[in-house]
Amino acid sequence: MALYDLTIHESLDLMRRGELTSVELTQAVLDRIGTVDRHIQAYLALSPEWALDQARQADAQRARRARGENASLLGVPLAIKDVICVEGLPCTCGSRILEDFTPPYSATAVERLRAAGGVILGKTNTDEFAMGSSTENSAYFTTHNPWDLSRVPGGSSGGSAAAVAAGMALGALGTDTGGSVRQPASLCGVVGLKASYGRVSRYGLVAFASSLDQIGPLAHNVRDGALLLGVVAGHDLRDSTSMPVAVPDYVAALDTKNGLSGIRIGVPREYFIPGMQPQVAKAIRAAIEVMRGLGAQVREVSLPHTDYSLPVYYLLAPAEASANLARYDGVRYGLRVAERGDTMWETYRQTRGLGLGSEVKRRIMLGTYALSAGYYDAYYLKAQQVRTLIKADFDAAFREVDVIACPTAPTTAFKIGEKANDPLQMYLSDVFTLSCNLAGICGISLPCGFDGNGLPIGLQILGPAFGEEIILRAAHAYEQATEWHTRKPQISVTVEVDE
Amino acid sequence: MMKLTLAQVEHIAELAKLALTDEEKARYQEQISAILEYAERLQEVDTSSIPSTATVLPLRSVMRPDEPRDSMSRDDALANAPQVEADCFRVQAVLD
Repeated sequence: MALYDLTIHESLDLMRRGELTSVELTQAVLDRIGTVDRHIQAYLALSPEWALDQARQADAQRARRARGENASLLGVPLAIKDVICVEGLPCTCGSRILEDFTPPYSATAVERLRAAGGVILGKTNTDEFAMGSSTENSAYFTTHNPWDLSRVPGGSSGGSAAAVAAGMALGALGTDTGGSVRQPASLCGVVGLKASYGRVSRYGLVAFASSLDQIGPLAHNVRDGALLLGVVAGHDLRDSTSMPVAVPDYVAALDTKNGLSGIRIGVPREYFIPGMQPQVAKAIRAAIEVMRGLGAQVREVSLPHTDYSLPVYYLLAPAEASANLARYDGVRYGLRVAERGDTMWETYRQTRGLGLGSEVKRRIMLGTYALSAGYYDAYYLKAQQVRTLIKADFDAAFREVDVIACPTAPTTAFKIGEKANDPLQMYLSDVFTLSCNLAGICGISLPCGFDGNGLPIGLQILGPAFGEEIILRAAHAYEQATEWHTRKPQISVTVEVDE
Repeated sequence: MMKLTLAQVEHIAELAKLALTDEEKARYQEQISAILEYAERLQEVDTSSIPSTATVLPLRSVMRPDEPRDSMSRDDALANAPQVEADCFRVQAVLD
């Protein structure tokens, strides 16, 4: 097995036994990036020298046994989505308006990964300001799905998902506001986890929708995802929306001798809809049967306001975004269009008009309208009220069941360009993931099969707020009873001949 | 709902300080109207006695002790500035 295909746990095991160094591992991943990223384009910024330097330090620390119990990721090469600040590396957010921006600080989540010994490789591609479901909205280039290069990796964390799937990072951080970790994980055949709102600090995450955004890990398997979550989770004084709730040992919570006995799984009838790909529905139903076989009790539940999650999200998220993106005015950072206007205002208009992409502008306009005088009550306030009902649906369901099992996405990866001209069609890719963010609950996507074109299908498991242990346990039990998570994409690669 | 008028599109663009081409205005007029049309279905839901959810967390007014702390250095704060003058962000006149 190639070093770059190791899971995080396998690599840690080899490194602890002295059979592998972080430098060897990091170099192998960098070589892999050198070979395949020209086809996939997962990375916006790569820092090979810094990565190898971090790897050398990790090896030295391991040799000195200098690290204590916090070195749970010592020497593991990881990728960071380019909406999360890493001090000294660019943070473009996939936008031209931040093309030359270099953050003077790192996000808390990144600091925690580094404190645990993680090696940061670089920044991965994203839909601009995390707005999108395909990574096609990046102002730079589109990332290609490693399973079929003519298809999208999903979005907005498409770069991170593709990097992990293709062996270009052993794990990654993404962000999820309406499904942007889970949906690309599903389309790329990897594990993607969105913890409960407030579980992971948003300090250093460029804000899109402040009441919905969460940083989440992507990895090859549930155990790796649990490890990454445990490192980044926890209260942060610098994020007043982070909850002061203790972080349990998520990896320890996985192991159970009892399979899924005692676990009640709810299957929401509203999540099996006419428009979804039949093979996806079939794979999810089959996965649920596997979980029944592992001892779970399965019953149908209803989340009656599911149909409203899309309009609620596409009013609330743009409204919050319109406020969060007001800061891109060319004053303190980012693009400033050479002063064409007589006035400061005209410079703002030109800077923003030219520097922001069309999906971002569309959402800013939508959000501005929803918040504007005369429309606030009918749109924004109404959406917030329906949000209460969507959350209440989950609260009621979780009184009857422990977790909810459903599809992550209605289809497998679609072709690049297929949905790019119809925003509403694109928005429908998130129909199964949005409610989770609106309710602030936790959710994980993991591989559960492939369609007739060899494209990955993702199973989604949702749990109550701060119920990460239960969804991780359920996901792990299913994963270990199947082999989907061991399959790797075959990427057609031109062989480089050394002259 | 009726489609947004061009005047409405221009008003929103002005609130958001976005310079748009005529083509963009026409395109957004169509697309945003379609999305708002779709969002009309929310009017079906009886929310007369339902409180709004701005945040799912019980946290409100999270404070820290009122003690001075180090803040970002001036150099760091100015490092990404498009224009710097006299250790300040240089901008066009705000007031006439």
